[in-house]
Amino acid sequence: MNDLPMLNYDVVVIGGGPAGMAAAVRAKELGLKVLLLDDNDYLGGILPQCIHPGFGLHYFKEELTGPEFAARFAKRLVELGVDYRTAARVLEIKNYSDLEKVVVFSSPSGAYQVWTKTIIYAAGARERHAFEIGIVGDRGAGIYTAGEAQTLMDIYGVMLGKEIVIVGSGDVGLIMARRFALEGAKVKAVIELMPYPGGLARNIMILRDFDIPLYLSHKVVEVRGKERVERVKIVKVDENLREIPGTEFWIEADTLIISAGLVPSVKLLTAIGVEIDPTTGGPVVNDLFETSVPGIFAAGNSVIINDLVDYVAEQGELAAEGAKLFIDNEGIPTRRWIKLEKGENVRLLVPHYLSGERDVWIYARVSKPMENVEVRFPEIGKKLRLPVVKPAEMLRMKLRKEEIAKARDGITMEVVPL
Amino acid sequence: MKTKVAIIGAGISGASIARVLSRYENLEVHLIEKAPDVGWGVSKANTALIHGGYDDDPKKYPMRAKLCIRGNRLWHQWVKELEIPHVWNGALIVATKEEDFDELEKLLERGRENGVPEMRIVDKEELFHLEPNLTKEAIGALWVPIVGQIGPIPAVIAIVENAVANGVKTHLETEVTGIKVENGEVKGVETKNGFIEADIVINAAGLYADEIARMAGIDYFEIHPRKGEYFLFDEGIPGPRRVLFPTPTPISKGIVVTTEISGHLMIGPNAQDLPPEEKENLATTREGLEQVWEGAKKLWPQLPPRSKVIRTFAGLRPEPTGGDFIIKAEEEVWGFINVAGIRSPGLTSAPAIAYEVAEIIRHDLGIELVEKRKWNPYRKEITHFFMLSPAQINEVVKRDPAYGKVICRCNRVSEGDVLEAIERMKFIGVKTPSVDSVKFRTKATTGTCQGSFCRPRIIQLLAREYGVGPWEVTLKGKGSEVGIGDVKVLFRGEDA
Repeated sequence: MNDLPMLNYDVVVIGGGPAGMAAAVRAKELGLKVLLLDDNDYLGGILPQCIHPGFGLHYFKEELTGPEFAARFAKRLVELGVDYRTAARVLEIKNYSDLEKVVVFSSPSGAYQVWTKTIIYAAGARERHAFEIGIVGDRGAGIYTAGEAQTLMDIYGVMLGKEIVIVGSGDVGLIMARRFALEGAKVKAVIELMPYPGGLARNIMILRDFDIPLYLSHKVVEVRGKERVERVKIVKVDENLREIPGTEFWIEADTLIISAGLVPSVKLLTAIGVEIDPTTGGPVVNDLFETSVPGIFAAGNSVIINDLVDYVAEQGELAAEGAKLFIDNEGIPTRRWIKLEKGENVRLLVPHYLSGERDVWIYARVSKPMENVEVRFPEIGKKLRLPVVKPAEMLRMKLRKEEIAKARDGITMEVVPL
Repeated sequence: MKTKVAIIGAGISGASIARVLSRYENLEVHLIEKAPDVGWGVSKANTALIHGGYDDDPKKYPMRAKLCIRGNRLWHQWVKELEIPHVWNGALIVATKEEDFDELEKLLERGRENGVPEMRIVDKEELFHLEPNLTKEAIGALWVPIVGQIGPIPAVIAIVENAVANGVKTHLETEVTGIKVENGEVKGVETKNGFIEADIVINAAGLYADEIARMAGIDYFEIHPRKGEYFLFDEGIPGPRRVLFPTPTPISKGIVVTTEISGHLMIGPNAQDLPPEEKENLATTREGLEQVWEGAKKLWPQLPPRSKVIRTFAGLRPEPTGGDFIIKAEEEVWGFINVAGIRSPGLTSAPAIAYEVAEIIRHDLGIELVEKRKWNPYRKEITHFFMLSPAQINEVVKRDPAYGKVICRCNRVSEGDVLEAIERMKFIGVKTPSVDSVKFRTKATTGTCQGSFCRPRIIQLLAREYGVGPWEVTLKGKGSEVGIGDVKVLFRGEDA
């Protein structure tokens, strides 16, 4: 360690995607000395490969593409003079003490140790791949995760195939279905395990626009083709997601795209014992997105898989405010933490702990779609009516500090039919 | 005048033979392989074990019994000379029923006969001391300390690099179509890339050794594939410290539970016999994988959930007529040496097989072997970023900044590692850029995310270094190109 060049910062932001850039910008605006590290050659995380529109409606009040959204933040970052390094990979985080952390990173100019008061961890997520979802058969070319396909097509300019089958009707899968169709490929099917589609309503429209068949309650079980994918075996499942014998059929295709969901990237956090919520896959956080290790904050898809980049950026800013508060007070000042619990039809929920000293955005996902529902927080008597809830669409709602303060112990969130 | 030797098949056997023969001044050695890279046949997918030499009955399978233990001892030296990733962690053959001890006693006896004195039977208490998380059903085990594990393809690569450094010529993507025999003597090998003259032809063609032998007019054996399937789990899942076998049955050594050298828990294989024509059938099956899961659970009850599986794969073992290795100079065709049916424990036996072949050349073909004055036994392992301390990173970065740039997140592989891999691919004659070639040299793409982040970057580096479009880069050789053209190829209406 002592033979490594030493740097000193107030905040080290790990990850240069929307959460990380927003965090770095906000922290700099708050007067902190910030270093942002990213292992890509460019800033923006996955945004530069998301060449479709739909970004920034909440944040910038206009519709941007991913690269445009990233460019706005990158410009701001540079204007503010935030220190950043690309092609820089964090190798280790050490929790030296509650008030000092060490980040060791490697880059083309070598390895460094960074001493910092706080860390904002915004490393994003990874995609689930074919082996994780139990697909058997051959392992030739033509099997890609949706994000990998997107990188290859939209950053590297490679056309992957002609006849495409997509596993999963989440947003990335649907957007890639459109991308393939626009470039002249035939998208033969989107296969969805659940009885309802997984993407945002605006993305489900893609299926109709491009005449792409959607198979709900189906799964891909096998892929064949020695050098390259030739055909894909599909089977229908019942309401318990069990395969129904005799319903198997094959679709000829040269490309199989896996869009089976994202998993927060938390390896560096778990290595230092940060508590992980098994349902989100990300760290347990309080209302400033601080993890269970004091002074280590997290934001964006490494905490919870978001469907809108605007929420990701918002979480980054919140974490930066948390870092500022932490540095000013040598810790997050609070008298008590109120646990936010999941009730009926709530699958995921952050933050996990609320102080009642500030207003809080709650981000949640339901387990199953429902119409005409009420979102209730019974302990504090708060109720909200919604016409429809879907697992694909994140619920975001504000709890005011006065409301939170009413709770004696915990607060439960439940989504119940009216 | 030099004696020209053509070795067919650059798997673990062919490569080892090439290395051993590269030692001799008066041999000109050609290593012929139909795949784009070395080690992609039988050597590619197996349990990666250096067996203990105790389970092959010398009466039934004399070659296997003799070469396995000799191979094990040789590997202890070869892994050091060639810097091959390895671990000597020992094996436990676990008894769960009283009658299993009869079988273990038999193995112990056979081991002693075969020259493995260091084995012994351990009781329940010592067993759980050696392996605390073993099934509670276990009542004792045979402990074989000399068992180890290596990276099988890294081993083939290391051996071939060393052989090439010592003068061996490789011919990759060179499929053999015939063996030229005149007046009962071999004259050379016909290939899709032309004729390669040879005085000695060594048939180390793995699953295809029977077909190659038939090209020389030798048809007394047949090879059929036996498929084995495997699960590999994500890192961080606790696995056993030693290689765990169930007590074997007359048919099979059973499903192994082990922590492979990269630290991942691995289980497998089952055994499914396929007809001789299915030598390319590497598809995993649900039935096979289910067998493996059930089998492994008996030894290691705390298997992680299926969502922690990062890869399933299948390998094929070449099962010969008769079951024993076929290693001999064929009398009716002078100069034709079969190294066929190298099924398990083939990986273990490979170095011993190579010396056996050298001995056959000397003794049976009567060719005096003249040692080179300067033969280099050493080969340096590729730089692995994940093995460097941060201070060492700063050293290598001075040499080339690419070594500081991590491109595979899960396994910490740097761009420098990948560029070095590409350089080494070119050194041994790899003509078609493939992601697998980089994967086997660097471990990139084999971690938790299975390459979804780093594969595009590797494709780009391969495209640049080989001077081709990224869509022309292959996953594993011709026919597995990653794309069909540039992104507008279909849009323009050109059918790629």
